[in-house]
Amino acid sequence: MSATAADLMAYDAALAAYDPALGLEVHVELNTATKMFCGCPTGFGAEPNTQVCPTCLGLPGAMPVVNRVGVESAIRIGLALNCSIAEWCRFARKNYFYPDMPKNFQTSQYDEPIAFDGWMDVVVPAPEGSDAEDEVFRVEIERAHMEEDTGKSTHIGETGRIHGADYSLVDYNRAGIPLIEIVTKPIRGAGERAPEVARAYVQQLRDLIVALGVSEARMDQGNLRADVNLSLAPSGSDVLGTRTETKNVNSFRSVERAVRYEVQRHAAVLSSGGAILQETRHWHEDTGITTSGREKSDAEDYRYFPEPDLVPVAPSREWVEELRATLPENPTAKRARLQAAWGYSDLEMRDVVGAGALPLVEETVEAGASPQSARKWWLSELARRANDTGVDLVDLGVTPAQVAGVQALVDAGTINDKLARQVFDGLLAGEGSPEEIVEKRGLAVVSDDGALGAAVDKAIEANPDVAEKIRGGKVAAAGALIGAVMKEMRGQADAGRVRELILEKLPVVE
Amino acid sequence: MSWIEKDAAALTDALAAGEVTSVELTQAHLDRIAAVDGGERGVHAFLHVDAEGALTQAAESDARRAAGTPLSALDGVPIAVKDVLATTGLPTTCGSKILEGWVPPYDATVVARLKAAGLPILGKTNMDEFAMGSSTEHSAYGPTRNPWDLDRIPGGSGGGSAAAVASYEAPLALGTDTGGSIRQPGAVTGTVGVKPTYGAVSRYGLVALANSLDQVGPVTRTVLDSALLHEVIAGHDPRDSTSIDQPVPDVVAAARQGAAGDLTGVKVGVIAELAGEGWQDGVMARFRESVDAMVAAGAEVVEVSCPSFVHAMAAYYLILPAEASSNLAKFDAMRYGLRVLPEGVDSPSAEEVMRATRDAGFGDEVKRRIILGTYALSSGYYDAYYGQAQKVRTLISRDFEAAFEQVDVLLSPTAPTTAFKLGEKLDDPLAMYLNDLATIPANLAGVPGISVPCGLAEEDGLPVGLQILAPALADDRVYRVGAAAETLLTKALGGPLLDRAPTLTETGAGA
Repeated sequence: MSATAADLMAYDAALAAYDPALGLEVHVELNTATKMFCGCPTGFGAEPNTQVCPTCLGLPGAMPVVNRVGVESAIRIGLALNCSIAEWCRFARKNYFYPDMPKNFQTSQYDEPIAFDGWMDVVVPAPEGSDAEDEVFRVEIERAHMEEDTGKSTHIGETGRIHGADYSLVDYNRAGIPLIEIVTKPIRGAGERAPEVARAYVQQLRDLIVALGVSEARMDQGNLRADVNLSLAPSGSDVLGTRTETKNVNSFRSVERAVRYEVQRHAAVLSSGGAILQETRHWHEDTGITTSGREKSDAEDYRYFPEPDLVPVAPSREWVEELRATLPENPTAKRARLQAAWGYSDLEMRDVVGAGALPLVEETVEAGASPQSARKWWLSELARRANDTGVDLVDLGVTPAQVAGVQALVDAGTINDKLARQVFDGLLAGEGSPEEIVEKRGLAVVSDDGALGAAVDKAIEANPDVAEKIRGGKVAAAGALIGAVMKEMRGQADAGRVRELILEKLPVVE
Repeated sequence: MSWIEKDAAALTDALAAGEVTSVELTQAHLDRIAAVDGGERGVHAFLHVDAEGALTQAAESDARRAAGTPLSALDGVPIAVKDVLATTGLPTTCGSKILEGWVPPYDATVVARLKAAGLPILGKTNMDEFAMGSSTEHSAYGPTRNPWDLDRIPGGSGGGSAAAVASYEAPLALGTDTGGSIRQPGAVTGTVGVKPTYGAVSRYGLVALANSLDQVGPVTRTVLDSALLHEVIAGHDPRDSTSIDQPVPDVVAAARQGAAGDLTGVKVGVIAELAGEGWQDGVMARFRESVDAMVAAGAEVVEVSCPSFVHAMAAYYLILPAEASSNLAKFDAMRYGLRVLPEGVDSPSAEEVMRATRDAGFGDEVKRRIILGTYALSSGYYDAYYGQAQKVRTLISRDFEAAFEQVDVLLSPTAPTTAFKLGEKLDDPLAMYLNDLATIPANLAGVPGISVPCGLAEEDGLPVGLQILAPALADDRVYRVGAAAETLLTKALGGPLLDRAPTLTETGAGA
């Protein structure tokens, strides 16, 4: 099935005529050790259908039992999103047939979610290159509820999709893994910044989830999945337009792009007198477009009813308050606090956050490095290496304590920045602590003026013309001599000290 | 008296005294099954007989007893298990074609408890498909016959378990009761059946008909035997969230106490709504005699009204199909059980295979209830049907609460009629449903109940059952009053009712 691009209206024109209303549904896969309703392990990447039991396979007679840690995570997420926590709520069956659903119903929550009526203040970065300040946009949270994941279908055939597949395989390892679905209320008033608001919301929600420690929250691995609802209404109208629900949006950038695309597509359809079909659409990462999925106009009837095999969840107020006390600092507030403490500019802070380096920098500073040096190492040298090897910074294998150790050696004059890079090589090669690597690799800067002086003399002797220029007042020419000395010393010298020695030995003749 | 005619309590004594071995007992019952269960005119209580497995378990039981380490009082006493309970290595079909040949990889908790107590499992008993019915005629594998009259139904859905016990094929059996499937077969076969308090016995491994109504319970020939079996299977199970996390009441002591036949100080209530039109004269006559016997033994009797009971049937036939329609969705040919490919379709989609399989694999009664339930849960109808039914359920619970403020137990006939003829009500689902009129309220409210044989109806000479209901968690009261009634009625009848059952001709066709 080839995806063809729809007609689009220019973004600015679309925004001039219509107001977008956004709705975001984010599924967070929890990192509980066991599944939501049985004791099966949840580890990623096991052989297909090895992490299954009668319950998560939906065998006749098997029954579910609620995972307490799953409920706890749901409550903590709800509290972090400023939600009310239900005093009493139930699971419900969402009935529909699909081969990757073992029971042909999903155990979910319907009209009694565990958490409801919350909000999150989203920091929307100022447009790049503008001097405007970051904007805070309040996103209202409708609900957060608990449910189970389905199995995973793989369609074998040319297309890789269900249509045209020769056959399909189902892996039920994922079936029953706990999910929290977080649904916003319609987000209105974002105007032209709707795509950025959507992205910032999902990104900040992810930061929150990570800070709570309840999920790996990696979009690329599907721990965090976003569905983007969008509708347009004529500018100034109070009525919501017909919405589309775009699925398969698997990165922050795609969230932004998908909103932008759907705004332009809706606007083109509406302005030509057409009607938007209420439907599910699929986002295509490669081509940057959405295509029609199944129509929802005949409104699938899920025949929800309370799950009779489970008793209601009634979290005591004491428990809820205990959990509230375990909440980490709100990421937005924390970010503002750290930015002020570290004296970073908005741009510097944004780079650190964007690189996923905030906790790393924070720990590096806690270990004694200056905020600027911590930022410098993580965002330049280490980010480059992570990028080269295709891993996340956090998985690179260098710890904040080690980075602080390297910087301490630089501050003490034992090594310079250039030598520090070799120390990082040693750290990545597992050669020990920064001090051990300096020792083993013989990287310490030579601070013995005698040895340095000899090297300087040698350089002057070898470059009489340069020496002459310096004596004649062209101090900038010292660079060439410094280079020669550093080469002679195999880099293990403090360039500043070398320069001083050269200028001492070659006083300018007035 | 041969071994197969003895009740389980007597068998435990004989085993303990070394008068008989478990292998001998088990073999005797297997012989009986072989003699009367198979063939055209066989009882057909069993869908699957596991002679080898049962004898192996019996030999292990004998070894334990020889070593002085029996697992329980019932260690070595064989039992039959309704085919709706998952059994490792034994087919579990629920009486349906859609599960033909399915062998569970796990044991239901109650089955695991039977094994842990050392009871050899003789086999799996016949039932209405997915426990939907009151006659066992809806089994995809053919009906079970009532040992009192082979042309009549043994009740349902657990007709197989009741008939097995009534025909001495097993001293004990497990049944499940969603709207009367233990008690009504007990009544029409002259046996004892108990539906414990909802949550008293684990449902893990019970293939659910209606999760909020289902309960596993004992099927036996005496009240004490039911209590002995109840003790084995009851108690909290962490794998069933709806199971009660409280100590099991001492039902065995209650049954022994009740057996003295003294009801002094016990207040019994007769439910006014469970009588009248549609109630067979002979049934009502035996019921009134039973009440009189209890009064003579010291009980105080009052008539109580439970006005909401008239709506119980309607509520039940909304709640049950709703839950069942969802439960049965899992039978889709994708993972286990029957798989039927649609005819004339080259490369059928998963959905087409699901449709063809469900069309071929489910019987009419099952389809009828799936359609009813799907409709009742549909958007726009939910409040009017499922929602209303839940309100009725609450009202019925209140009726029970009010009644139990006045009396200790409630009484009614277990079923409005004696066993009807095979085929008599097959074309009239409503007439079939009405047979559960008296038993359904207990399931809707979750309260325990027992059916005790109380004589034969004059007009047809068939057994009648007395139902005794108690408040939730008061299972011991059911056994105490049940055992007392049993003692009084046995005395009045001059011996156990089953002694009057006709002798079964050996069909010898094997099971």
